Parts: sequence; C-alpha cells; structure tokens
Amino acid sequence: MADTPRIDSSRRDFMKAGTAAAIGTGVLSNFAGSAKAYSGGDDTIRVGLVGCGGRGTGAAKQALSTEGSVKLVAMGDIFEDHLQSKLGNLQAQFKSRPERVDVPEDRQFVGFDAFKKVIDSDIDLVILATPPGFRPGQFEYAVEKGKHIFMEKPVAVDAPGVRKVLAAVEEAKKKDLKVGVGLQRRHQPNYLEALDRYRNGDLGEVLFWRVYWNSAGVWDPRKSRSQCKNELEYQLRNWYYYTWICGDHIVEQHIHNIDVACWFKDQYPTVARGMGGRQFRTDPKYGQIFDHFAVQFEFDDDTHVFSECRHIPRVWNSVSEKAYGTKGMLDMADRRGRMMTDSERVRLTSDGDPYQIEHDDMQEAIRKGKSYNEGEYGAMSTMTAILGRMATYSGKDISMEKALASDKSLVPTEMTWESEPPVMPNDKGEYPVPMPGVYSPFI
Amino acid sequence: METIRTRYAGSQWLVFSAVILASASWAEVAPAAEAEAATAKAETGTPESGPASEMKPYTEVISGTGVKFDLVPIPGGTFTMGSPADEEGRNPDEGPQRKVKVSPFWMGKHEVTWDEYDIWSFRLDELRREQAGIKPTNLDVKADAVTRPTKPYVDMTFEMGHDGFPAISMTHLAAKMYCVWLSEKTGHYYRLPTEAEWEYACRAGTNTPYSWGDDPDDLEDYAWNEDTSDFQYMKIGQLKPNAWGLFDMHGNVAEWVLDRYTPTLYPGMEGDLLVNPVVVPKATEEYPRVARGGSWDQPADELRSASRLSSNPDWKIQDPQIPQSIWYFTDALHVGFRVVRPLHVPAKEKRIEMGWEPLPGEVTEDGLKGGWIDDGDGSAPADVRRELKD
Repeated sequence: MADTPRIDSSRRDFMKAGTAAAIGTGVLSNFAGSAKAYSGGDDTIRVGLVGCGGRGTGAAKQALSTEGSVKLVAMGDIFEDHLQSKLGNLQAQFKSRPERVDVPEDRQFVGFDAFKKVIDSDIDLVILATPPGFRPGQFEYAVEKGKHIFMEKPVAVDAPGVRKVLAAVEEAKKKDLKVGVGLQRRHQPNYLEALDRYRNGDLGEVLFWRVYWNSAGVWDPRKSRSQCKNELEYQLRNWYYYTWICGDHIVEQHIHNIDVACWFKDQYPTVARGMGGRQFRTDPKYGQIFDHFAVQFEFDDDTHVFSECRHIPRVWNSVSEKAYGTKGMLDMADRRGRMMTDSERVRLTSDGDPYQIEHDDMQEAIRKGKSYNEGEYGAMSTMTAILGRMATYSGKDISMEKALASDKSLVPTEMTWESEPPVMPNDKGEYPVPMPGVYSPFI
Repeated sequence: METIRTRYAGSQWLVFSAVILASASWAEVAPAAEAEAATAKAETGTPESGPASEMKPYTEVISGTGVKFDLVPIPGGTFTMGSPADEEGRNPDEGPQRKVKVSPFWMGKHEVTWDEYDIWSFRLDELRREQAGIKPTNLDVKADAVTRPTKPYVDMTFEMGHDGFPAISMTHLAAKMYCVWLSEKTGHYYRLPTEAEWEYACRAGTNTPYSWGDDPDDLEDYAWNEDTSDFQYMKIGQLKPNAWGLFDMHGNVAEWVLDRYTPTLYPGMEGDLLVNPVVVPKATEEYPRVARGGSWDQPADELRSASRLSSNPDWKIQDPQIPQSIWYFTDALHVGFRVVRPLHVPAKEKRIEMGWEPLPGEVTEDGLKGGWIDDGDGSAPADVRRELKD
C-alpha cells in the first residue's frame, strides 16, 4: 500500500471478526439482463419516496446507491417544504449521477393523499418513511397496487395497524412482492456473526437479555403552535411527541433493541410488565409521550428480556443488547460488540453500512426474483414494542394475545387539513398523558 | 495513489502559501497575559530561555461544574518530524523527515474526557446555574453564546464507559468548537495542537519509533491498543506518561490535530527549517484531516510517534440521515482529542487564517438543524441556533 493515506487498520480489514455473512454490494451487476418483472421494459428499478424526512431521504440515497440501474422518479410528503428541501439534498448527493434523481414537478406530490399518487406513479419500488402512524394504510395500498416495498420501522403504532400490516404481508407473499423493513441490524455483519455463534450454543443456555435505548432524546419541537395554521399541522410538524403518530419512543426507537432479542431468541414474548412516565420532559411542548420506560418481557420458556428506554441527557445512557447464558455473555452496542465465553473472547465489530446493505440485499432479491419478505417480523417486533408501551401506560401485566387483539385504534382513517387530531390540548396547552392504573390499552 | 494526488493537487499551493505567510508572522504577535515579557525567538536548538521556560504546570477548573483538567508546559524547540525510511512499520506519508521548530505551549496532560466534553455538548453548566439560581459570569455569558452540537441520536460512549473515559466520535469541527467554548469559558485560549506540535510533544525529545524507545513489546506499560485494551477505550492516565509528563499520547484514542492530511509531510514547503507549520484544511472539504497517536483499535505500528491517521467518509458511514450531521462521526469510536494552549495568541483573523478555529462556512445551516436527528422540517431549534460570536 505504498503512498496511500494511513487509515485505521480496522477499516482496511472491513471486519476483523471475519464473518462469512453475505454482503450484497457488488453482486448485482452480474445479473443485468436476467429475468425482470418491472415496468418500462428495461432493467431500471424505478423508486418512489413517501415521507421526505431525514431518514426517508437517507433511505432513498441508499436505494439509489446500489449496483445496477435505479432511479428515483416520484416523491411525496404532507408538507411542500419537506419535499423541496430534500429533493435539493438528493440532487446534491447525486451530482455526479444526476440521472438517478428524476423527479420533475408533475411527480412531486404534496398532501394527505400524496402517498397514493406516488404509488400510482410508474414505479417498481416504494419507500415508506413517513411517521409510523400512517404506515399500515400506505403499506396496504402499495401491496394492493403490486409494488415492492421498503418500509421504515416501526410499521404501525397500534394493534389494528399491526393486524392490517400482517394481513397485507400475506397478500404481498401471494403476489411475490418483495418487502423490506428498516431493522438494519438484521443486515449488519457483526450481528450476523453474533447470531451464528449464539445459535451455535456458544453462550450455553441463555437465561436473560438486557436491551436498552437510553439516550439524550431526539430533536426538540421546532414549530410553536402560533407558527402553525392549526392544531393538526402543529402535531404533524412535531410528530415525535404524539403517540398516535409516533407510537412513543419505545416503539419508534427501542424497537431496534427489542427486535434483536426476539430475533436471536426466535420467539416473541407472551406477557409484558412495565413502568414509566414523564420526569424530565414535562413541558407541554413535549406533547404526551413518556421519557422513560422499563419493561420486562416474559417468554414461553420463562426466560425474560429486561428492556429500558429513556430520553434524558447527562445520565447513564446505553444503546445496546446483552444476552447472558450459562457459558458466557454477548454484548452488542451497534457497530461495536463482543462475546465473552468460558473458552474465548471474540470481538464483533463491523464497519460496513447496514443501511446500505439492507437496500443492496432487497434490490438483489428484486433483480434475481428471490423471495424476500421481512414484513412479518417487522410487524411482530413492532407489536412487541407496542405491548411494552401498553403494559407501561396501563401499569398492568398484558399478554401478547390480548394486546394483539386490541381494537383500540389511535389513528383516524381519513384526514384532511380541517380534521381535528385525535388528541387535543386543554386550555393550558397540556396534552393527555397516560396514567398507570387508569389508562386502558383496550378502550 | 494517483487518485489521491489528483484530488488534492488543485488546492495545495494556495493553502501552503497562506500557511507560510501565517507562520512567518506568528512570532510577532502579542504574548498571553501570563507571560507578557515572552518573545518567541527564531533560533533553532534547545528550548527557549526567558519567561517561556518559566511556564508552569497548572490545573484548569471549568467553573460551576467541579470538573478540572491538568496542563503541562511544553517548551518551544526544534525537532526532526517524521520517521526515517528504515523504521519498522513505516508508511510513506511519514516522510520526508523535516526539521521543524515549534513555539512554546501548554498541553493537556490527558485526552479530553466525557466529563469535560459533555458540559459543552449538553449545556451542563447552564442548567446547573439555572437550577441553583446562580447568575452567569461575564465568561459564562460569552461561553453560552458559542454554538453547541445537536443531540446525538444514540449514546456516543457505545457502552465503553463515561466518567473518566476519553470523549470520542466527534467531528474535527466539533473538537474545534469545543476549544472555542473552553476558551470563552476559562478566559485562556485553547485549541487543537498542530500536527507538528503534537508529534513534538509526543516524542518528548526522542527520535525512536515510540517515545519509550523502539521496542513495541514495551507498549503495555504505556499504551492501550488492540492487544491490551479489551476491545475498548480505557480510563485516562492509567499507564506511564512520556518524558514530558503526557499520558496516553500513544494509543487509547487517536487525537485530532488541526491539519489537513497530505500524502507526504508538508509537500511544497521548502527550506531547512519549517517554523510552526500547519496545513490549513478547506471548509468545503471535510476530509481528509489528521488524527495522531493511534488508538485502542489499532496495531502497535500505528501507535508510533510518526504514524498518521487520515479521516475519511467511512467515519460517518452509519449516520443514516440526509444531510448527515456535522458534529458526529458515528464510526470513529477510536478518535478523540486533547487541547493545547499556545503561549502566544494572535488576533482572531490570524487564528482563522491559520486554521486554529472553525473555518468560515464550516458550520452549515443544515448542521445547526441537526442532520442525524433532524426530520427535515426546515427550521433549526432555538437551542442550537446560536451563531459563533467573535
């Protein structure tokens, strides 16, 4: 490596643990010209983006950074300003390949029905990346229209939404549509290596897990009530703080860590018990969501996953998953991980970009006609996080069976700019906050 | 190799000419208040005499927080920078060897810890004052006005420890902005070291591959690296210091310096002696910039005194948002920094010209909005919307 810049050796090796996990990048060009089933009569994958936030735009960038011919042809958002600013960002990202961002004015859609117009455009693959409250209806519509779908996590905020997604997943399978869900740890090389070792029994009998998303929190509300034309716009602009749009942070973020435990265990919990509340983020501008949850998920075999998520800065924080077995422990913290067993210490670090790999893998499946559907676990991991929220909001022990059957729907079926949102502030501007012992997840 | 040269060839001459100009006039600037009689002399050789040699170690207390850190004086002097062609494990970017003179400064005895860094990034000092009903001092008011980073999306310790552990994963810009804040907060001028100052301080008068000598097997007494660190960074100051009393210069976390990375040492700069050289980065090019000393994540030869690390976009690869954050390197878990305090502090305009502080344009409008945590509604939250003030 004469005359090359000295970059860290960990980057040069890509991954020290040396897993044999499949990395999608670089494979696809071999398949140009193979059987293809998309519109337009060439092998270009035409992509539509629904939800032009930072993550949706990131997902679009990754979808457009795969091998093979792919282009973004339609974008939709509730807000015009979102769409314009992110279109500009994407054009800047693809300055050297401008043909990949082909979204003329007549394929820019704004409003509550923008998702339908994007899906009805001549696209092969839709990225669903709005706040999660809207996901089930959008997913159902995309399946109905026969599109391949990449949707961000979580896929719903309530049990009716999860059931709707599960039903549509079955439809998608019948139509052989490819469904990706943005739980990118499932594509992350060091997690796949850890999974191999876990399933191989390296930890012995696994007794329990600890999973965390304890962090400083997310963005502060950026619009005041007076800056918005009405209450609905105010809540949609500041969507994170309203359970009906976001699901609360146990669902919106902590799903990642809960999903890892359920994935490794290959089962979902039967019961959850939890506690939580609002201790730090008490200002009415923070809507109605909690700032901390602690949940015990109990499984059929009497093992437990102990889960915490917290949005408080300047305290002990951790975003990680740890499994404890009779022969050792696994300690994963995203790009960093390790396994300590009676016989060895294994470092589990990866530097690949799982956000890219998940799109590489999905588009490879589309091009090769491989079956590919992450919808079921996407829905069930979403439901597990919702179960944790239900147990915490109510203070009760709640079974998965009962939770999944709940008819309590948080999201209105139809909405216009004249609609009143499902939660409203009192005359002091305060929103209803769930009270344990009083709140019911069923009525 | 060709790609790299081509990519940077366009801007090099312009930048270097500015640097030479800057370094020539640096010695003429007013000294810091504590050493009024000091003048930086141009001759080469042993550490300078006069008040500079009376610089003392001291402890800086970050007011209102109980957090402190130690500084040790580094006398000005001349040394040979880079490694000889026959040094084991050498990379060509460590040459050609150069004779370099640096002016006196104090250097952080340790890497900057989370205890220090979080005061700035999470406004701990402001909140403590609010809670206790304490009025801000004049220094507090100026420090409060310095731009702070947006909130990180995840916990940036990645489970490796917080109190007493080195801060990591900040961008070059974030490290520089911390120094701006620290300067306002304390009334003493702090910045990142130049690459030359860093190597001078690391070598501490030696010309061996490591400041303890040439045997990598002695590493375990002095440095945390991939063989000794249990796959993570470690608490500061647990091993032996170098001859000038600096801990963890080799290993633990690699340390940001001010310079842009170049594939050889100071290409285009002629002369027998380079005085206070620095390769000023361009605001529009976030990469490559230099980190020194190697880390817990690297093999021994990358911990050598002359070894250089070049930042690159992979350090941010897992930042999933567009636009990406200007404050966090989601994948640089091995990179931190330490501060220096130069004895002589030039005027603001000169400092920016020499790259001592965030460059004009380096803080973007998007960067104030959030990047990594922003969902794209177009306006920055009030609590990060602060402009960098003169």
